[in-house]
Amino acid sequence: MESASMPGGDRSVLERSPIARLPDRALKYGLTALAMLILALIVYFFIRLVGESRPAFARAGVFSFVFNNDWNVSAERFGALPLVVGTLLTSGLALLIGVPVAVATAIYATELCPLRLRAPLTVLVELLAAVPSVVYGLWGIFFLAPKLQPAEQWVADRLSFVPFIGGGTVTIPNYFITGLILAIMILPIVSAISREVMTTVPADQKEAALGLGATRWEMIRIAVLPYCRSGIVGGAMLGLGRAIGETIAVTILIGDAPQLGSHLFGQGYSLAAVIANEFGEAQGLHRSALFAAGLVLFVLTLLVNGVARALVLRASRTDGAQRSRSSRSGGVGPLVADTAAGA
Amino acid sequence: MSVPGASPPQLARFAVSPARRRRDRFARGAILAATIVALIPLVLIVYYLLRKGLGSWSGSFFSTNPTGNTFFKGSSIGGIKSAILGTVEIVALASAISIPVGIGVAVWLVEYGRDSRLASTVRFFVDVLTGVPSIVFGLFIYIVLIVGTGSTYAGYKGALALSLLMLPVVIRSAEVILLLIPGALRESALALGAPRWRVIFSIVLPTALPGMVTGVLLAIARAAGETAPLLFTAGATLKTNFNLGQFTNSLPVQIYSDVTSPTTAVVNRAWGAALTLVVMILLLNMIARLVSRRSRLA
Repeated sequence: MESASMPGGDRSVLERSPIARLPDRALKYGLTALAMLILALIVYFFIRLVGESRPAFARAGVFSFVFNNDWNVSAERFGALPLVVGTLLTSGLALLIGVPVAVATAIYATELCPLRLRAPLTVLVELLAAVPSVVYGLWGIFFLAPKLQPAEQWVADRLSFVPFIGGGTVTIPNYFITGLILAIMILPIVSAISREVMTTVPADQKEAALGLGATRWEMIRIAVLPYCRSGIVGGAMLGLGRAIGETIAVTILIGDAPQLGSHLFGQGYSLAAVIANEFGEAQGLHRSALFAAGLVLFVLTLLVNGVARALVLRASRTDGAQRSRSSRSGGVGPLVADTAAGA
Repeated sequence: MSVPGASPPQLARFAVSPARRRRDRFARGAILAATIVALIPLVLIVYYLLRKGLGSWSGSFFSTNPTGNTFFKGSSIGGIKSAILGTVEIVALASAISIPVGIGVAVWLVEYGRDSRLASTVRFFVDVLTGVPSIVFGLFIYIVLIVGTGSTYAGYKGALALSLLMLPVVIRSAEVILLLIPGALRESALALGAPRWRVIFSIVLPTALPGMVTGVLLAIARAAGETAPLLFTAGATLKTNFNLGQFTNSLPVQIYSDVTSPTTAVVNRAWGAALTLVVMILLLNMIARLVSRRSRLA
């Protein structure tokens, strides 16, 4: 009991000396400071971004910056509507094409596929996430776009009576091909989240459906899909957030034409692409307008991701509640079976 | 399937009607078809990367810098040495920043912050960071380090942009692993008289290490493929550069600038560089998978 004989004996035997407590305090406050630093940094960045984009907003007002269809660099007129429309159109297309395929892949992996194939299938779909954006752009512009151009032209000619889809000449870089590549890029994340949610469907619900005579597909439709709806929608929204913010592949594939494309198979522009493409040479008001485009993009992804996270969280919460219930009944099930067998 | 006493008509009442069976078969077929459709792009991308990329690989492809010469057919366009080394340098610096900071924040969240209001605010902001488009990170760094200081592009600025991108991935994955460590482990160390910092450094972090390696490697793999945050922070250059205070080349930026070239040889260099980049990223992914399989926690 050395510490008991130390001077300043009003300290407890078990208490550490102030010097021995120093590293503890330092670590605690150091880490807290680090965490606060992250917060401060994000807030600071946001304020600076707003500050830098102010001249562009001051020129015409926030509303007309976003909704004016006039992006003319040499005349210093910056109406970002073509960019906003390009971003929303291509990411909307990506959802339209990508989500059904991703959900089908998830259903196949969790419900229909032979058990041995499940892991390899999952790994293969996730490999798509390992391909960098610029490689998708490269592949898209030199392989996919030229190969699909005749098919697109055929569709455009057949549907020439439909406004916005048919009629025009199909260019190699266009809205549709951008949406298609974005669909491939969001496939892994949407599929991974859908699969995650589908594995939480309680087995007794599925068995109940099958036991009542449902076919496999009816079981999926009745027991699996309604249960996973908000999780799938959340996954799709996360995919949408990715698609909206995607830059390099879009810059390569959308054609970088600073006006509203006349039809689906024509060239356009997007918020992220305009920054990547024009920022290098931008000066003064033009640069401020590009910062403003970045800010609009930032806010857009913030909104989409916020909704997505809320949905995924809600899905996983109800899953948690259901799962604990099902595990309890799962505990009883074998017991009942045992007694039945014994009798 | 002989049920005693059940006559065939009775059994038929329970049979699935042909219409339902047809619908079932159709839906299952459609789901299988969609799954195959999902795998087609992967096969095509891998096939074209190998076919075009391997064709441009050679000894000098990896050992020479790009010359910037794209017009004259006779002269060499050079390889991608500066791009490979630049990517390695930038990503290494970005990891050196984001891994300690990210793990530090994760430790704070799990060991100190827990369910406090500050901790949930930090978690919320980390989620916000996850969703920020990568080009916006480039803009952030541009505003602060290039407009703010009146200087020009530099490798370390690109590395900072990438480290912002990696940070949420590192924090989130490290937090998940740290939460898996049994509380009893911490409590027994504390009961033996170990101070908090020793518990963290000698018990918590070593136990979590293998699991955290996976998340860190995935974050590095993601950062290595990013082009957008580097465009206006690290710049693009031809020469190999070991000083991150200057313009630094990188594989994604090199590919991006080669894609727009009208010269076939330069586009082929882009394919070769793309194959190199994908191989590097896949290696990181594979190591991450192996490590996570070995780890007891993850």
